[in-house]
Amino acid sequence: MRLRLVPQETSFDFFSKWRIWLGISALMMVVGLASFGLQGLNFGIDFRGGTTVRTESTTAIDVGLYREAIAPLELGDISITEVFDPTFAEDQHVAMIRIQAQASGEAISGEVIETLQTTLDAVAPGIKFVSVESVGPKVSGELVQTAILAVVLAIGAVLIYIWLRFEWQFALGAVVALVHDVVLTIGIFSELQIKFDLAIIAALLTIVGYSLNDTVVVFDRVRENLRRYKKKDLSEVLNLSINETLSRTVMTSVTTLLALISLYVLGGDVIRGFVFAMIWGVIVGTYSSVFVASTILLWLGVKRDWSKQANTAGNQFGNIDA
Amino acid sequence: MLQIDLWKRVLIWLVCVTGLLLALPNGFYTRVEQSNDAAAEIIAKGDTPERQALVAQWPSYLPSSLVNLGLDLRGGAHLLAEVKVTDVYAGRMDALWPEVRDALRPERATVGSFRRQQAPEGQIRLKISKPEGMPRALEVVRGLANPITSLTGAGASDIDVSGQGDVITIELSEAEKLASDDRTVRQSLEIVRRRIDEVGTREPTIQRQGADRILIQVPGIGSASELKAIIGTTAQLTFNPVVGRGSDPDAPAGVGNKVIPSLDEPGAFYTVEAAPVVTGEQLVDAQPAFDQNGRPAVNFRFNTSGARKFGDYTAENIGSPFAIVLDDEVVSAPTIQSHIPGGSGIITGNFTIEESTHLAILLRAGALPAELEFLEERTIGPELGQDSIDAGKIATIVAFVGVLVFMALSYGLFGIFANVALILNVALIFGFLSLIGATLTLPGIAGIVLTVGMAVDANVLIFERIREELKAGRGPARAIDEGYSKALSAILDANITTFITAVILFAMGSGPVRGFAITLGLGIMTSVFTAIFVTRLIIVMWFERRRPKKIEV
Repeated sequence: MRLRLVPQETSFDFFSKWRIWLGISALMMVVGLASFGLQGLNFGIDFRGGTTVRTESTTAIDVGLYREAIAPLELGDISITEVFDPTFAEDQHVAMIRIQAQASGEAISGEVIETLQTTLDAVAPGIKFVSVESVGPKVSGELVQTAILAVVLAIGAVLIYIWLRFEWQFALGAVVALVHDVVLTIGIFSELQIKFDLAIIAALLTIVGYSLNDTVVVFDRVRENLRRYKKKDLSEVLNLSINETLSRTVMTSVTTLLALISLYVLGGDVIRGFVFAMIWGVIVGTYSSVFVASTILLWLGVKRDWSKQANTAGNQFGNIDA
Repeated sequence: MLQIDLWKRVLIWLVCVTGLLLALPNGFYTRVEQSNDAAAEIIAKGDTPERQALVAQWPSYLPSSLVNLGLDLRGGAHLLAEVKVTDVYAGRMDALWPEVRDALRPERATVGSFRRQQAPEGQIRLKISKPEGMPRALEVVRGLANPITSLTGAGASDIDVSGQGDVITIELSEAEKLASDDRTVRQSLEIVRRRIDEVGTREPTIQRQGADRILIQVPGIGSASELKAIIGTTAQLTFNPVVGRGSDPDAPAGVGNKVIPSLDEPGAFYTVEAAPVVTGEQLVDAQPAFDQNGRPAVNFRFNTSGARKFGDYTAENIGSPFAIVLDDEVVSAPTIQSHIPGGSGIITGNFTIEESTHLAILLRAGALPAELEFLEERTIGPELGQDSIDAGKIATIVAFVGVLVFMALSYGLFGIFANVALILNVALIFGFLSLIGATLTLPGIAGIVLTVGMAVDANVLIFERIREELKAGRGPARAIDEGYSKALSAILDANITTFITAVILFAMGSGPVRGFAITLGLGIMTSVFTAIFVTRLIIVMWFERRRPKKIEV
């Protein structure tokens, strides 16, 4: 009568093939990094500088015609893409025009936008500019730095927190899993050339948070079971802990994905890239907390004398559940 | 075991009810907004029956704070401007020059004759004909320095004076540059604020960002260019002595002078002294008016110090022309007919009525002390914002219903308890967002949707734990109790780590990203609260009433 995604009792062996899992993860990270190194990310104007104009017209869009019309304005490198979305009305035709950063440190001037609008109005009567965003190259450089700093800071802060609450092996395992998630996310963005802007950094950090959430829940159970079963092998304890928390891991992933997928389908094209990053991150994050974080932990080994450690000052943070 | 003190119960329900009440106005957004706007108008512009009616749309005993909608949802313009703080240095030096000249004149016997030399911007270089008089000259010029009145620069003086051979170099000291930069940015911020307020738009955000940047966000405005026009990149009014008039833009100006064009006589150029007699900063009032020929003009009045300078200058220079300069263009260059005391005057030119009104506003608001460079501009049309709101609403509702159904199917009655908590959770998020006057952005909506998905996590952890305890053969009451207490450490650890990333996002991010960080962070706090306290209270109350022998989770 109850919906159960995971049988009541499971005893999967997650570690018999741990070399293969780590191998797959390492391979995917290499592929991701290679893709990043070879073709790089499709940076949005936040990071590259330049201008994007979102146009809306009731007539169908002819990208070639637009391009011809804009060419005489000599704005440099221009890309025009038509946007399709199920949430658009029948006669709603949306295009994104991206103009490269202009020579000066400033954003684009209002006159250029006005000329652009009159020019396009000739080929697509009644065209509207529903949004115009322009970022000068000076700011975009700083945004890149801030973004990288934010991700590094988040991972660093988390490393310290887990180290305080658990042991350094746990912290290292969690952080390797995080780096894995971040690399794979950047990898897929570079592979599929999805626009990478400031909002994606927010998504990346949320993925860091989510993946961690998952890892910490597993680790919490590992710590508990290590205290309870002092004789069992570390791999047995890890397996047991992952199996015990499996039902929860799947439940939470499914509810989160349920929410995200509805946002992906119905939330409009403006945030689709952002939501895509999060969906990907939830999947990868769930995978990595089981197959990467725990495997690293197994590999590093854990000091087992928890009982003696329990009351020392160094572990004062570990006892709020007592 | 399953006991919760009465005061705790009361407190928990109180928090929930408060949250719901605070969230309530957002359910009637347009109505409450109209009511709030009308209430503000009554204070600003007086009472009318229509406004009264609008105010009455929302009962005054209910909270009326709303979640602010960000630019990406409401539409509007966003600008990030950098204040060119170094612009001010040159002006300061030009203003100092007459003082230096006047101080050195009586010392001609020791220092000989002196001349100002070409120098990089922000420096005065002068050559004296008797190098042996250098120590005296330095002493005199240093006597013009003022001590700095800032916390960090205490004890330092505002100019650095150095002598080498027969050349004296004067520039602003580092400490004074810092103090001056800060002043310039604050002044610019104030002026931008005043200009935007003159136009009267809803809830503009005008904040300083970093050392020399200003962030300006105005909802509901047509475009960033329009906003830039209001801020007016330059609107500097000065009154300069005229040296000569000609038609050559490249005419040699001489040190300390500059050649600038006329505003309405094509081809005419004036050579004026670069150091103004008085500037627009010393204006106290400017009003559109008409001159004696009935043409549009602007009346202005100086403050006391400006009036005195202007009075002295006109008294000493009767018969010579002076220029009224606006944005480095000569508006007019009348000849001083008589001493003008009292410090008021009129600017005439070929203005239309709109132009004179606009000029008066600009003059009233004061000149920007330095140029603004726009680093970032964003315009979001209101239609796009509305589309995003609509899409976000539908997505949130679908996500919400999906999660509710899924929870009920998975955990039965306990799932429904968790659902009640989830609904309360979202209400609490909106309540707090309204309370702190936070801004909801599109990524913010995504943050709420994500919270909906993740908020159940704490309950899932607890319920799974209760299941395990039941399986281990514990009685219902004990299983529930153990479930809660054993799940607590995992819940706290998991949420604290996510919270850390939300805090970092908030600290490092800006605009929409910050909006996302706020909803995510608030969502974590409310979901922990609802999971640990609210569902527990609901379950305890249900348990007390039913006393089931057997429970199924």
